[in-house]
Amino acid sequence: MNNKLLNNFLSETGDISRFTVRFFKEAFKPRYEFSELMRQCYYIGYKSVPLVIITAFIMGLVITIQSRPTLVEFGAESWLPKMVSVSLVREIVPVITALICAGKIGSGIGAELGSMKVTEQIDAMEVSGTNPFKYLIVTRIIATTLMIPILVVLADTISLYGGYLGTNIRGVVSWDLFWNQVFNTLSFGDVIPSIAKTFLFGFAIGLIGCYKGYNSNKGTEGVGRSANSAVVISSLLVFILDLVSVQITDLLKLT
Amino acid sequence: MITEPDIYPQKEPVIDEPVIRLMNVYKSFGNNHVLKDISLDLNKGENLVVLGKSGSGKSVLIKCIIGLIKPDKGIVKVLGKNIPDMNQNELDTIRTKVGFLFQSNALYDSMTVRENLEFPLRRHGIKFSKEEVNAKVIEALTNVGLSHTVDLSPSELSGGMKKRIALARTLILEPEIILYDEPTAGLDPITGTEISNLMRELAIKYKTSSIIISHDMNCVKITSDRIALLLDGQCNIQGNYEGLKNSGDVKIKPFFE
Repeated sequence: MNNKLLNNFLSETGDISRFTVRFFKEAFKPRYEFSELMRQCYYIGYKSVPLVIITAFIMGLVITIQSRPTLVEFGAESWLPKMVSVSLVREIVPVITALICAGKIGSGIGAELGSMKVTEQIDAMEVSGTNPFKYLIVTRIIATTLMIPILVVLADTISLYGGYLGTNIRGVVSWDLFWNQVFNTLSFGDVIPSIAKTFLFGFAIGLIGCYKGYNSNKGTEGVGRSANSAVVISSLLVFILDLVSVQITDLLKLT
Repeated sequence: MITEPDIYPQKEPVIDEPVIRLMNVYKSFGNNHVLKDISLDLNKGENLVVLGKSGSGKSVLIKCIIGLIKPDKGIVKVLGKNIPDMNQNELDTIRTKVGFLFQSNALYDSMTVRENLEFPLRRHGIKFSKEEVNAKVIEALTNVGLSHTVDLSPSELSGGMKKRIALARTLILEPEIILYDEPTAGLDPITGTEISNLMRELAIKYKTSSIIISHDMNCVKITSDRIALLLDGQCNIQGNYEGLKNSGDVKIKPFFE
């Protein structure tokens, strides 16, 4: 039983690696599918904006409200904007936004490609003189890699605004003072690594969604499984990549 | 009760010149030997029906012809060129001359009917002006009697309409050969008969040669010039509809009962 699990794990890891290598091979070869890439950026990026804004605002608000009592105990209430901004920008917003995108975008890609596969639309594309890997996979992976960092920057801003409102629920901090404290606290060492890792999150979400959808089988049941496992694996990968990138940032003393 | 036309549209005579030639083709999936030494010709202007039980490898056979599946062994010549030896560019070129109607229609859900029909025109690298593309789309839809659906999406169409649109998309590049994978599967008998008649009419209009995978005997009767029976991975039994129907062979009889 354990051997079978290990075999499945190793064979799936090998397949994903081959899929990744194929992505890099196909991505740099013409013909380039710019119009499809733009369409995917629109669906993956623009269509996720409302969800990202709402969750980021709530994150900022809730983290601020939850952090206040602890700081009050130490008489460090004035540190609230500093503490909240660092924890939001460095860790909470990138990871939570990536997880939300893994749920929304990863499952969407997995289900869409899975149903295209079982209804022979991918074969039809190939017969119509189109390389389906380039048209469907490369464009989606590039779109997630580019759009998730943009969504995270947007979410950072909105969550800090939520933090500002949260600070003012039980205290009085002026707009200027709040943002002064935030910008005095945050350095490039906080912002750049946290945005850099979101490119990896985006790549992982796109890659796993596409891999699961493109290799979907067993009819409609397989489509459901593809969508489900795309979310599970990409969410797990987000945490693993976060752990690795935090270690690298620490080793390079960028903190 | 299905009403059949008294006289089916008359075709031009078949020319004894193979446009598709399969020689000693083998294909296995693991231990499942699907095609075992298949040899088969499709002549110019001919409608060849490949008849066989579900899972007998009929779809695999035509997917080998279009290059979606690579045979393990054997020669698959389409318009004189061996498909397994071709690179991607050569395959794309030959696919402009070979249409494929998928069993599930394979219409792109995210596109309108117009975009579905424009897709092969734009993707095959043949330069068409906007007016030419539009004219071709309208002509293809008029051929299948659905010009009013041009701005609808596939989810708004019935099963029969989807099949007609898929047929229009297959014909839009005016291919010399059309491969039909179960064209009447999932349709009611009346719509199935309409699609079969349409296939025959369009074959005459565009002078195409076709391989039709089917086990719908009404479709087989309407469309076939010749029938090849795919049994146990081989196509050894061939003949016309009446000839096979009247043969007492126990392998053939169940299909006509």
